[in-house]
Amino acid sequence: MARRVFLDGVDPWVNWSWLSSHVPTVLADLEQHVVLTVIAVIGGLVIALPLGVAAYRWTGLRLPTLGTFGVFYTIPSLALFALLVPYTGISGVTAEIALIGYNVLILLRNVIVGLDEVPNDVLDAADGMGYRPLARLLRVELPLALPAIIAGVRVATVSTIGIVTIAWVIGLGGLGELILQGYIESFHTPLVVGSALCVALALTADLALAVVKRLAVPWARPA
Amino acid sequence: MDFLHRVFIWLADPAHWHGSDGIPTRLGEHLHLSLEAVAIGALIALPIGITLGHYGRFGNLAISVSNLGRALPSYGILVTAFQILGLGDAPIILALTALAIPPMVTNSYVGLREVNPDLKDAARGMGYRELALVLRIELPLAVPLIMAGIRTSAVQVVATATLAAAIAGGGLGRYIIDGFAQQDYVKLFAGAVLVGVLALVTEGSLSLVERLLVPRGIRLQKARPASRATAFKTA
Repeated sequence: MARRVFLDGVDPWVNWSWLSSHVPTVLADLEQHVVLTVIAVIGGLVIALPLGVAAYRWTGLRLPTLGTFGVFYTIPSLALFALLVPYTGISGVTAEIALIGYNVLILLRNVIVGLDEVPNDVLDAADGMGYRPLARLLRVELPLALPAIIAGVRVATVSTIGIVTIAWVIGLGGLGELILQGYIESFHTPLVVGSALCVALALTADLALAVVKRLAVPWARPA
Repeated sequence: MDFLHRVFIWLADPAHWHGSDGIPTRLGEHLHLSLEAVAIGALIALPIGITLGHYGRFGNLAISVSNLGRALPSYGILVTAFQILGLGDAPIILALTALAIPPMVTNSYVGLREVNPDLKDAARGMGYRELALVLRIELPLAVPLIMAGIRTSAVQVVATATLAAAIAGGGLGRYIIDGFAQQDYVKLFAGAVLVGVLALVTEGSLSLVERLLVPRGIRLQKARPASRATAFKTA
């Protein structure tokens, strides 16, 4: 990688010629960041949805599941990576266990709250129309809980994008790699580019999910 | 020897309990950085959130501050602060303070906003001025959410203070960053245990304070649904 050269002793916040010659590196880091995030959010959903439905049905499950994942959630990501590394090694598995675990808590809470907030009248009406429990869950309760679930997905996605910036400590790259380079070389450009892309990615994902929600739950649109 | 046993021996080793890289010193640094950041953050965030909540203005702003805060990469902020301010505690505290502010603004705004308007009307009818209304009616009723905001911020700040070690700072994160650098998994794991315990103790003790500070009249009411709690994790 080309070393930067001090031309006049002033390091501009963005050195455009560095940026234009490093587009492939930056794009690779961005792609890695997106991949880590997508796996973490989808993995979180895959666990949180059935668990949330179960905790909604059997309220006795709520305290143990929310408690367990609450403890997990409270442990800082750097510490969690460090606790896992002796067992799962310097690998993507280590990062994903931590990230998925965090997302499960966020999503679990929202799934339970979303299902809890389905009005009783609606459930009575569904029963009166002859819905079996499974059909009622899939066609009445889950669709009505969708706004809360998507709200959870938004929070989980945005948080994950921020946390992935320290995936470099376990050698996974991502946009944190650019920030690290900015730190090691005291070079502003990769730091600014990495941070800005991270914020832009989070805001874009949040907006995209807001659009998904609008399309998925047309009845919840504000008048 | 069993790995966990070696970690235990590392933690119990008296050599790790004194000196500039000892556990008490690192814990002290960690707590000092975190406390200062949360205190400065609270001094900035609470007046803003409380004022906005009282007047019911700029609600979208108060809410979206939290969303924006979540989108900021804490590691990026730390390194940026380091590039501006150089070595020392100042960049770390600046970055941690920036992360401490959003949850406190949002929660105090929502807390004051959710006070029953009838109560405010009644208080005004009884002759309460604005300041007395805030201090004696709105704040006590908003305590649960304000405290939840302070707890969320504090837990996040304690978590992020671990990253101070990544910009040559102190704190318990030192053991983790050094453990990774030296491939010393025992030190790494021991440091992670200390950080994890500190985070859980912070969460637990602040939950307790929260419970003690809630006025008795409100405590009797039904527990607040979890939807009111704001998930906030940046590190």
